[in-house]
Amino acid sequence: MIKSNRFSWFLFSSPQSFYPLAGALQPWFALLAVALCAAGLYIGFFVAPTDAQQGESYRIIFIHVPAAWMSMFLYLVMGFWSGVGLVLNTRLSSMVATALAPTGALFTFIALWTGALWGKPTWGTWWVWDARLTSELILLFLYIGFMALQAAIDDPRRADKAGAVLALVGVINIPIIYFSVQWWSTLHQGASVSMKSAPTMAATMLLGMLVMALGFWMYSIAATLARVRCVILERERHTDWVAAEIGAQK
Amino acid sequence: MIRALGWVLRRDLLLAFRRRGDVVNALVFFIIVVSLFPLGVGPEASQLRNMAPGVLWVAALLACMLSLARLFAPDHQDGTLEQMLLAGEPLVVLVMGKVIAHWLVSGLPLVLMAPLLGLQFDLPGDALAVLCVSLLIGTPLLSLIGAVAAALTLGVRGSGVLVALLVLPLYVPVLIFGAGSVGATAAGTGAEAHLLLLGGFLALALVLAPWASAAALRIAME
Repeated sequence: MIKSNRFSWFLFSSPQSFYPLAGALQPWFALLAVALCAAGLYIGFFVAPTDAQQGESYRIIFIHVPAAWMSMFLYLVMGFWSGVGLVLNTRLSSMVATALAPTGALFTFIALWTGALWGKPTWGTWWVWDARLTSELILLFLYIGFMALQAAIDDPRRADKAGAVLALVGVINIPIIYFSVQWWSTLHQGASVSMKSAPTMAATMLLGMLVMALGFWMYSIAATLARVRCVILERERHTDWVAAEIGAQK
Repeated sequence: MIRALGWVLRRDLLLAFRRRGDVVNALVFFIIVVSLFPLGVGPEASQLRNMAPGVLWVAALLACMLSLARLFAPDHQDGTLEQMLLAGEPLVVLVMGKVIAHWLVSGLPLVLMAPLLGLQFDLPGDALAVLCVSLLIGTPLLSLIGAVAAALTLGVRGSGVLVALLVLPLYVPVLIFGAGSVGATAAGTGAEAHLLLLGGFLALALVLAPWASAAALRIAME
């Protein structure tokens, strides 16, 4: 630990000092996640009114829409930490990026899966090649590519940097992919079904969705902190402090 | 810098010429994949005409992707790449030379072969011309984006499959506008918008991709 009168922002950029901080913060974020998700689900399933056109089946959007938001947001966060790791050469930033990827992929998958469940009763089909669906699917491929690349490289520092370059290339590409897919489906034919034609939402529905989004956000932080702790222990297993940490837990 | 570019270009082209089999293989792969589709979906001309842009473009993507393994791996194995990194010339220029050589060897033959295959799919003349132009703009883009993925997976376990996983999602915009331009011509709406967008992507990739590939090569050779 650095002893200095001035608080150093770089104090927690060292895995050793971040590890206990993450451990201390993680339960609180997990608790917040459970509380917010419970509140959001309660609002979504019991308080929000039944939709006039879609009936009860619309209620899956309380999971679907926040998951889709998080899936895109987490990729940007991952790209940010990858960039920081690449530029400042901080090990912890890259570890955070590595820890974010599975959560992002999970939310992408949830968004696709719940979207299919919602599409069947509403559109009458599990899948349409709509712009949003397609770009979400490609986002899932990008997450999988990132994880596969990092898993295939044995040297962790090289895996970090290679993953960072890929994540940054992905960040530049995401707007291009998103708009090209959108133009692709609109140029072909008018989308027969579109999210935009959904009726304007009642206030309680919006509230439920926002609370769920916050809950998912807290969950992402909690899961990432838990995972980054594992990554730190694995990478730093040759150091004395990890040996002491493990010894203390035994 | 120009001399370094020319040197890499001449060297890679010479090497490719000495191993003509590799070049021909990618082209034959392209032809075979395209020829399999009528066998799979039936020989009805109107259906084939609709499918042709997509089929030809997807086959071009795959053929280009397969040849990515030859971009850096042989130089990595015999140590040439290490010398290139140590050389006084900027790595970006050397990468650019290799990408141009890769395009001349694996992209250009596809462009030249495409009209013949388009005829098999009963594409009309104007659509054939647009197909050629779109491939002419699009295949350098494939080489540029592919170079980043090839550099990232250099010397990595199972890099062949990994390259596909990394590069195919990034190829999506090229596929959409490449195949879209031919489709738009057939539909009578004109291909200019698609081709201009492809050209825009090419300009962007020309600036960014060699730089990203060079960074990835440095990471791989650390």
